[in-house]
Amino acid sequence: MYAVRQWSVRNSRKLEWLYQCFEGILIALHPFWLWIGYSRIEKPIRAVEKSVKGVMFDCQMCGSCVLSQTGMSCPMNCPKELRNGPCGGVRSDGYCEVDSTMRCVWVDAWEGSQRMRDQTRIATVQPPLAQGQRGRSSWLREVRKKRDQIFFQRDT
Amino acid sequence: MPPVTGDPGQPLVILEGHVSAGRLERVLRSGKFAVTAEIAPPDAADAEAVYERASVFDGCVDAINATDGSGANCHMSSVGVCSLLTRKGYAMVMQVSCRDRNRIAIQGDVLGAAAMGVTNILCLTGDGVQAGDQPDAKPVFDFDCISLLQTVTAMRDEGEFLSGRKLTTPPRVFLGAAANPFGPPLDYRPIRLEKKINAGAQFVQTQYCFDLVRLREYMSRVRDMGLTERCYILVGVGPMPSARTASWIRDNVPGVHIPDAVIKRLLGAENQKEEGVRICVEMIQAVREIEGVHGVHIMAYKQEERVRDIVEESGVLEGRIPWYPGVSNDQQGQQT
Repeated sequence: MYAVRQWSVRNSRKLEWLYQCFEGILIALHPFWLWIGYSRIEKPIRAVEKSVKGVMFDCQMCGSCVLSQTGMSCPMNCPKELRNGPCGGVRSDGYCEVDSTMRCVWVDAWEGSQRMRDQTRIATVQPPLAQGQRGRSSWLREVRKKRDQIFFQRDT
Repeated sequence: MPPVTGDPGQPLVILEGHVSAGRLERVLRSGKFAVTAEIAPPDAADAEAVYERASVFDGCVDAINATDGSGANCHMSSVGVCSLLTRKGYAMVMQVSCRDRNRIAIQGDVLGAAAMGVTNILCLTGDGVQAGDQPDAKPVFDFDCISLLQTVTAMRDEGEFLSGRKLTTPPRVFLGAAANPFGPPLDYRPIRLEKKINAGAQFVQTQYCFDLVRLREYMSRVRDMGLTERCYILVGVGPMPSARTASWIRDNVPGVHIPDAVIKRLLGAENQKEEGVRICVEMIQAVREIEGVHGVHIMAYKQEERVRDIVEESGVLEGRIPWYPGVSNDQQGQQT
């Protein structure tokens, strides 16, 4: 929902905090996820993630969430799916060149990022999207990555 | 210094500290003011049409940009235009847009282009498909310009594809990007430039500049961030044929910012076309004075034949004659 999405960007700082807490909980639950089996929880977690993030961010389930680096504005709502910043075509009123009824998601992202604690994360260069991850849970992907770093001290 | 030749049979050597064998990189690194221009690719399966369109730039530009479906309109591909013109020895800037091809196609094209003698590649996101003559096309955008830059940089410097698979001969290309200092969010634009440089951009060509105030603000931020030391900036300029066209472009071409004063000046002129050229010449002379501007990129759509006059009148080449096919070796003393 567009209005909720806009609200999320306006409240990017609170959401940043909430996300950090939530991520901690998910990682702490790693033994539990392991006990059930990661492949078995993928489906229910994905369903929850899709509905929550769908309402809050118009999430497109790209499977490689970067919200915390884009001011809580989902870059996959950009018609060009740009993950590294706005294109040169942004209208002078800050609206999208393709869809003139929508504010550029990167104009929003820039504003959202400046409200967040870590304002520099928007400058991170994002690699090309792993298209194979589309539709999968990025929460679990993140947990697996962090789990590997914490429990096995290795980079994945 | 090794002999400079444009004979396509004798490619230039790569100078120390250079990444490519191209003349554009040589001009920029030697601190000269560079001039590039955009060629309009024909809607024809005709090599002569390409040669003809390129010849209007002979002796007045350091490199020619071959556009890649600009404005999302279908024309001869940039790979095709470059393959024809590099045969003649022209220095090409091959534009690559992310709109029409996925990562597999683009990496393949980069190899092919470099093998044909393309020494400069400009990485672009590309206009949306809705802007062109075939709005029902599928927009690809598998890469964006920054991930594209990063990928081609890795192909050149690490000698590997995105997958990590090794290349036997990496593409020796000088890498460029576009920049729009005039579009929102204005505060973010310098950060975006830094991001592009971090991803591998070595030169940028900007969107049309008609607003010096905004350009100066942008350049001052960019200088403060130290970016002019890490990247060559070529400011985009071009003649507007009439006030009507200028207004139309402002309203319909994404990302072009034209202040009212420019349109008023065109309206008030007796000969709007000549006034457009004069504004362009003045703009070139003005941007040249801005610290950190290393050249201009002239986009003279449907007025390509005026580029020579514009460059001559602006005086920015200072008597230098960029190489072109057919130039005699005696003249090469004063050219690069």
